[in-house]
Amino acid sequence: MSTVTDLVQWGLRGAPLPRRRALALRLGAVLAFLGLWSLASGLVVLLGLFNPIFLAGPWRVLGKVAALAVNGQLWGHVAATLERVAVGFATGAALALGLGLPAGHFRLVRNLLEPIVEILRPVPPLAMLPLFIVWVGIGETSKIAFITYATFFPMFLTTVHAVQHVDPLLLRAATSLGARRARLFFRVVLPAALPEILIGIRLGVALSFFVIVISEFIGAEEGLGYLINDGRNFFLVEQMLGAAIVLGFLGYGGNGLVVLLERRWLRWERPPTS
Amino acid sequence: MTMAGPGGAGGARVQIEGVHKAFGLDGRSTPALIDVSLEVQAAELLCLLGPSGCGKSTLLNIVAGFIPPTRGRVRVDGAPIAGPGPERGVVFQEYALFPWLTVAQNVEFGPRLMGVPAARRREVVARYLDMVGLSEHATKFPVQLSGGMKQRVAIARALANNPSIVLMDEPFGALDAQTREVMQEELSRIQRVEHKTIVFVTHSIREAVYLADRIVVMTSSPGRVKDVFTIKLPEARDRFAAEFTRYESEITRVVKEEVAKVRE
Ligand SMILES: Nc1ncnc2c1ncn2[C@@H]1O[C@H](COP(=O)(O)OP(=O)(O)OP(=O)(O)O)[C@@H](O)[C@H]1O
Ligand SMILES: [Mg+2]
Repeated sequence: MSTVTDLVQWGLRGAPLPRRRALALRLGAVLAFLGLWSLASGLVVLLGLFNPIFLAGPWRVLGKVAALAVNGQLWGHVAATLERVAVGFATGAALALGLGLPAGHFRLVRNLLEPIVEILRPVPPLAMLPLFIVWVGIGETSKIAFITYATFFPMFLTTVHAVQHVDPLLLRAATSLGARRARLFFRVVLPAALPEILIGIRLGVALSFFVIVISEFIGAEEGLGYLINDGRNFFLVEQMLGAAIVLGFLGYGGNGLVVLLERRWLRWERPPTS
Repeated sequence: MTMAGPGGAGGARVQIEGVHKAFGLDGRSTPALIDVSLEVQAAELLCLLGPSGCGKSTLLNIVAGFIPPTRGRVRVDGAPIAGPGPERGVVFQEYALFPWLTVAQNVEFGPRLMGVPAARRREVVARYLDMVGLSEHATKFPVQLSGGMKQRVAIARALANNPSIVLMDEPFGALDAQTREVMQEELSRIQRVEHKTIVFVTHSIREAVYLADRIVVMTSSPGRVKDVFTIKLPEARDRFAAEFTRYESEITRVVKEEVAKVRE
């Protein structure tokens, strides 16, 4: 509780919850959710509202996930999805940073890139998926390219914005201390822009889990999206819900990785109490 | 005191020649400074006084090289300036610390860029942090500091880079009265040792009389030079001496005329 920001937060929202209480609350929320879900599926059976196959209870869904995990099938699908997400997102991030950092810093680059990006951006990524398939075939490349394409725009735009809007006062301070060109960029612009760049990265991670499912609906033999689509074809609702839940956990984990990076790189925003 | 650095010990001469500054587009620009000419001697401490909005920060920004004058020019030791440079250190009215660096790293920023070796850098950081009374806070980040502490870090950071000219924009504005007097005494002590050329903006007439070799009073906006006072007091000044008070009341009278104009 040493920083002014902490104190302001405290003043606005009251004392922060102790860690254990916060954890208990989260756990409680998850259990309550499972409880409601059980109740709903139980009522469907009891009242004969509709064929109970449409809304399997949570325990049957989790049982299905466990069964798939035990017989080993699940891991192949998880690995396939994760690999596509990792390669697609990493390529998207590399392009977004590789083009966004110079575009934010140099007006010339910005003027060259911005019109193109502004025209392409409003096109929903989904509209591009059939095109990717026509261009590079239905295999891995089109799925990865789709993720790259979809994640590029938010990460590019936040990076450009972050670099372009670094507090000019900090740039003045740095130049009057002798920083120029490359050192001005790496020692001042980059660290100053980092918090916002990481927000873009987080958006990109979330988006890549969002779009992978869609591309796995089409012409995939593996992956969690395939598992959902396969479940639809054969009416395996438990499998569909199970795959969705696993995707949810993977996305949560992806977000957690970015949060770890933020804790490490942005320690100065909320330094530990000394 | 000898030190590796852009300026070395001792100040440089600053010539401000016929500087005009107008903000806005040509058609509807509003003037901020009109025909300001000043010569700051090497090792002189010059204070700028004037009502809020009269262009003190603007003038400092022009000398720092952050913004170009609309007309006129600024020369340092005879050479026209082109943009900011490490021989002109700046202490900003808004601190402008790098929030991702600790207090010590902020102070070290300039010497590091200059390629000062690590051992020497540690000495420099220790010396200036001690001077501003922040040795205990070396590993803190700026978010953990009060306004007055940030301002002292900003002063240490500017001085640690050993500029020959220091441009200070209300550097003691966020300090409490006691710390403020201590800092004034520190600055005047440093000045007796390091002989830098200092342009110091303040709203406090007492502060100006305590520190300055000369005081420039500016008119209300658009800023012009209204009056220049040479302070002929001994180096170690006594705030309660009769001479001191005489300067204070004389300058107060001149400043008040301008402040009254703003209120009309
Ligand atoms: N970037 C800018 N664009 C437009 N007008 C500006 C800009 N900077 C300053 N001005 C104007 O120039 C005038 C002088 O401003 P300046 O900040 O130099 O005043 P100041 O004397 O430092 O005031 P204070 O004592 O309150 O700090 C003001 O009228 C202000 O509105
Ligand atoms: Mg000002």
